[in-house]
Amino acid sequence: MKEQQLNESAIQVEKEEFKKRQRRDKLKQLLTISSPIFILLLWELLSRTALIDPRFFPPPTKILATLYQMGLSGELFTHLQVSLLRIFAGFLLGVIPAICIGLLMGMYSPIRHFFSPLIMALMPIPTLAMLPIILIVFGIGEFSKMVTIAISVFFPVAINTAAGVTNIDNIYVDVAKNYGANAKHFFFKIALPGSLPVMLEGIQMGQAIALLTIVAAEMIGANSGIGYVIWMNYKAFLLPEMYVGLVLISFFGYFFSLVIRGLQSKLLPWK
Amino acid sequence: MSSNTKIELDQLTKIFYKRNESVEAIKNISLDIEDGEFVCILGPSGCGKTTLLRILAGLETPSTGDIQIHQSESEKPLQSMVFQERGVIPWMTVEENVAFGLKMRHLPKKEIKERSDYYIKKVGLEKFAKLYPKELSGGMKQRVSIARAFANDPEILLMDEPFAALDEQNKFILQEELLNIWAETKKTVLFITHSIDEAMLLSDRILLMSSQPGQIVKEKKIDLPRPRTMESIRSNEEMAQEFVDIWQHLQKEVQGSRA
Ligand SMILES: Nc1ncnc2c1ncn2[C@@H]1O[C@H](COP(=O)(O)OP(=O)(O)OP(=O)(O)O)[C@@H](O)[C@H]1O
Ligand SMILES: [Mg+2]
Repeated sequence: MKEQQLNESAIQVEKEEFKKRQRRDKLKQLLTISSPIFILLLWELLSRTALIDPRFFPPPTKILATLYQMGLSGELFTHLQVSLLRIFAGFLLGVIPAICIGLLMGMYSPIRHFFSPLIMALMPIPTLAMLPIILIVFGIGEFSKMVTIAISVFFPVAINTAAGVTNIDNIYVDVAKNYGANAKHFFFKIALPGSLPVMLEGIQMGQAIALLTIVAAEMIGANSGIGYVIWMNYKAFLLPEMYVGLVLISFFGYFFSLVIRGLQSKLLPWK
Repeated sequence: MSSNTKIELDQLTKIFYKRNESVEAIKNISLDIEDGEFVCILGPSGCGKTTLLRILAGLETPSTGDIQIHQSESEKPLQSMVFQERGVIPWMTVEENVAFGLKMRHLPKKEIKERSDYYIKKVGLEKFAKLYPKELSGGMKQRVSIARAFANDPEILLMDEPFAALDEQNKFILQEELLNIWAETKKTVLFITHSIDEAMLLSDRILLMSSQPGQIVKEKKIDLPRPRTMESIRSNEEMAQEFVDIWQHLQKEVQGSRA
């Protein structure tokens, strides 16, 4: 009897503790949402009172209204579609070979020693600086934009994948050997899952770089896409329209990050 | 050398060499182990026990000397090792870890499932079969390692301090289980331990190693009848004398290596 009471009070204590934790989590969530809202409000206020120049910093409500208008005309949607297609195709074009080469580099040290100086030497070159060459080789069509993205995504993913494999604890390699794993088993049961956490970090980075690259590439050498929208409206001094482009980029960057974060917890239940 | 020798080691030496610095881990180990024999290796920490086992497991090559292991059945794996620590693969569930060796051999799915379930139950982890190792305690992980080796059903079991991280009860259960499996299947077992009691309870023969570089300095046959109990060993005069003997030897080696 007494024991049961004690047990119940222990549960009570833990329940209180749990509720406290929940409240703390709610507060943190609130903070996360409130900081962008706070900045937007501040911006709105300063812009409306002309404390900052509304020609350069139009109030967010005006940007939203512009977004709505541009959305109605349908042209914005086409640009968005073009950019997203370039990003997706370019992303895949870069990530797939990056994972393959990264895994091979991680697994076989001769391959690693062969490729790593090439990667180290090519990585610091901004992909945009190679854009003229890319345009010459791949033409001015869609494919050259995808190649630009692919190249910039390739490096962080390949490097992280290789690092992910080499960082796998040797003992798991020994276990696999001792239990008779052949090269294929080793690849699929040890190297791939073991390197996945670090590889996904690389993919997260690659995604951010892909967005940066597409916008810059479209500003320089395209006549469609979000980067083009930003650039054209800037040149025409239509700043609210330019901000619409920036807002869209920001939104998609955030959205892709969330998707990859979700993918991470799906793919790594053991972490 | 008798006709049913399972493992032959001849003048085995292993030196680890790095940047002008060399460590002689084991030195001139010559040894025959009979088919079906249960051999325990006792020795001070760092004397090369793990190194010896890793050479037998094919994970390390000896610097000089020869090893020969005689395979009798071609469809069984020759040897499986229970690693001293951290041998459980974190991205596989308990079930997948235990089935690992069987999957590598492409056995039928049904057989893999049956065998791994059987040994998961034997080590008392059936409730945890679907969990990942991060959710297990140290001792539970070690039991996964043990189940994986048993399930693989090799001709030779190489066990590197498998029970060191377990509580007395689980240790007792698994010792019994190991002896059952050994008696049923006549496996050859090479077992490293720090516990003299455990060695006496389990083995046909105890090999005593010196401190670094590891050599086999003494051999003791334990011909107590089986099944053995701790009580029967404790009450046996001869064994009590052996215990003291081994104890003094280890004491001397540890002190020697620290002096
Ligand atoms: N890969 C390695 N590189 C360099 N030295 C090593 C390596 N493996 C083992 N050694 C050295 O060889 C010696 C024997 O190591 P080993 O792991 O075999 O000892 P052990 O008898 O298993 O010890 P313990 O009882 O503590 O597990 C040690 O001095 C160790 O530092
Ligand atoms: Mg050891």
